[in-house]
Amino acid sequence: MELLVASAIGILTAAGLYLVLRLRTFPVILGVSLLTYAVNVFLFSSGRLKVGAPPILSDATNYTDPLPQALVLTAIVISFGMTAVVVMIALGSYLGSNDDNVNDPKIETEEPEDLI
Amino acid sequence: MSHWVILPVVLPAILAPFIVLAARYHVGIQRVLSVTGVIALIAITAGLASQASDGTVTLYQLGDWAAPFGIVVVADRLSTMMVLLTAVLSLFVLLYAIGSGWDERGRHFHALYQFQLMGIMGAFLTGDLFNLFVFFEVLLIASYGLMIHAGGNARLRAGVQYVLFNLLGSTLFLFALGAIYAETGTLNMADLAQRVTLIDADATVGIRIASVLLILVFAIKAAVVPLHFWLPSSYAEAPAPVAALFAIMTKVGAYAIIRVYTLVFPPDLAVTEGLHGLWLLPAALISLAIGMVGVLAAKKLDRLVAFAVIGSMGMVMVAIALFSQLGIAAALYYILHSTLAAAALFLITDLVRASRGHLELTTTPPVAGAALTAGLFFVAAIAMTGLPPLSGFVGKLLILDAAFTTPLAVWTWAIILSASLVSVVGFARAGSTVFWKAQSVEPDPEAEPHPAPSALSYAAVGGLVAMLILLTVFAGQVHRYTTTMAEQLFAPDDYISIVLDTPGKLSKPTTEDH
Repeated sequence: MELLVASAIGILTAAGLYLVLRLRTFPVILGVSLLTYAVNVFLFSSGRLKVGAPPILSDATNYTDPLPQALVLTAIVISFGMTAVVVMIALGSYLGSNDDNVNDPKIETEEPEDLI
Repeated sequence: MSHWVILPVVLPAILAPFIVLAARYHVGIQRVLSVTGVIALIAITAGLASQASDGTVTLYQLGDWAAPFGIVVVADRLSTMMVLLTAVLSLFVLLYAIGSGWDERGRHFHALYQFQLMGIMGAFLTGDLFNLFVFFEVLLIASYGLMIHAGGNARLRAGVQYVLFNLLGSTLFLFALGAIYAETGTLNMADLAQRVTLIDADATVGIRIASVLLILVFAIKAAVVPLHFWLPSSYAEAPAPVAALFAIMTKVGAYAIIRVYTLVFPPDLAVTEGLHGLWLLPAALISLAIGMVGVLAAKKLDRLVAFAVIGSMGMVMVAIALFSQLGIAAALYYILHSTLAAAALFLITDLVRASRGHLELTTTPPVAGAALTAGLFFVAAIAMTGLPPLSGFVGKLLILDAAFTTPLAVWTWAIILSASLVSVVGFARAGSTVFWKAQSVEPDPEAEPHPAPSALSYAAVGGLVAMLILLTVFAGQVHRYTTTMAEQLFAPDDYISIVLDTPGKLSKPTTEDH
């Protein structure tokens, strides 16, 4: 199970990073979503993986850590809200300038702008 | 138990929805509520700062739950100074937003402003890494709204970049938190400080990765090269009062580095030894150099100020990266100075925009109110570039002094001094092009004159400049205070014992508790 969870996190992160590097808003937002899924699974597994154990102390030997589950819940809510915000802003930007590149636009003036 | 400590978070948190619900259509009432709220914040945070000034660490346990299990808010010298700085800065910025009419150019400015303050205050006061993340998100989501306030294509595009970059930063933060939790089983900073010392010397891989991930996250916030790319466009395109308030947001990153890397991962900790000293100082020096070269290369006044912010953050990070008491004390003084100076410069940029109509570094005919704007720019630029007699010079001197005995002293001195020279040239060129040469151009009789900015705008900028002058006049007292602050940071036992040993619910788990 460890291998399965670890490779799932790895594949999600790799796919997310690839999409983020596409530099167009739609793939980038999808990539960020994949990254947040990866981080949610990662947070969840940071309390160790256990099967069939309750997240409360019913007996002291067989339980799973409840705190990462609470952390994941917070992280899910926040990333959901953030994704909604970025979709709206990106849509506004796309509809306004008819361009969905994430990078700064090419220079309108004749001289190159500072690109430090 | 005193409830005052949580008030800087709770007051804006209540005020913001109240403004949205009750005063949605009355910008006048919004202004009154917002200004009253910020003045109350100054009073509260000044009270907290005077309470902490004798070295007391005040703990507030939310819901009376004891530390490693419950959420705690901690007010020590550093936190209270930062919240006081935020409150003072936010008053002047708010007055400018009202005086210049920025708050009327879009909706919900005041509500978002209060939410932003809530996030910043919370980030400074929390004693728990996960809550630091939550407050980062609060301040970020409010800043997204403020950043695209009043709309416009260029601003929306810069907003997309800003939001995406910060989303990636938040994801990285969560990865760091997960790694820390997996290694130690806690996220409370005081508890962490104790547990990392218990980690075996031959099993430090996880905690080392976590500590580097965490400093990367804070370096994104603090705009350290090479993680600074989000800053120039966002700060240049954001509405001026918002950019001025953002001047404190880079300091949140610097604060988090100071807090976590003196308390949890102190420089002499065995498990993370040699991780930050190696590359943080060079990265900071490069940010300083790149920021100041950007000042020289910028073709618009707003970009110029944005690069000056990168440069001054580089200066702060140089002082922090020394990780010595002298260095941290100098860094804290410089943080106070550079926050006020950067905010003043952003507001002056907007004064220029209001009276000239654009920000290109070209010569235009004289405009209304130019003399006063030029005078303010002159003072703020002297402060920012670190020329005597203002606070930038004092701060730079303190940093140079702190770096004197370190192995990289030659490099540090050389880069700080030459970067200062470059920034002086950049600011002098910009100032003379925009203000000085204006007399040499014939005014176009057809052009419609822009109205001069209002008196309240000038008063707000003047207030910030006056704070800078006060910071210079009382430099001795302020530096002595930041020195005691650095002493407190490097002797964290008091902080740890107060956080962990204060009784509360679940503080001594016994069998009947379950």
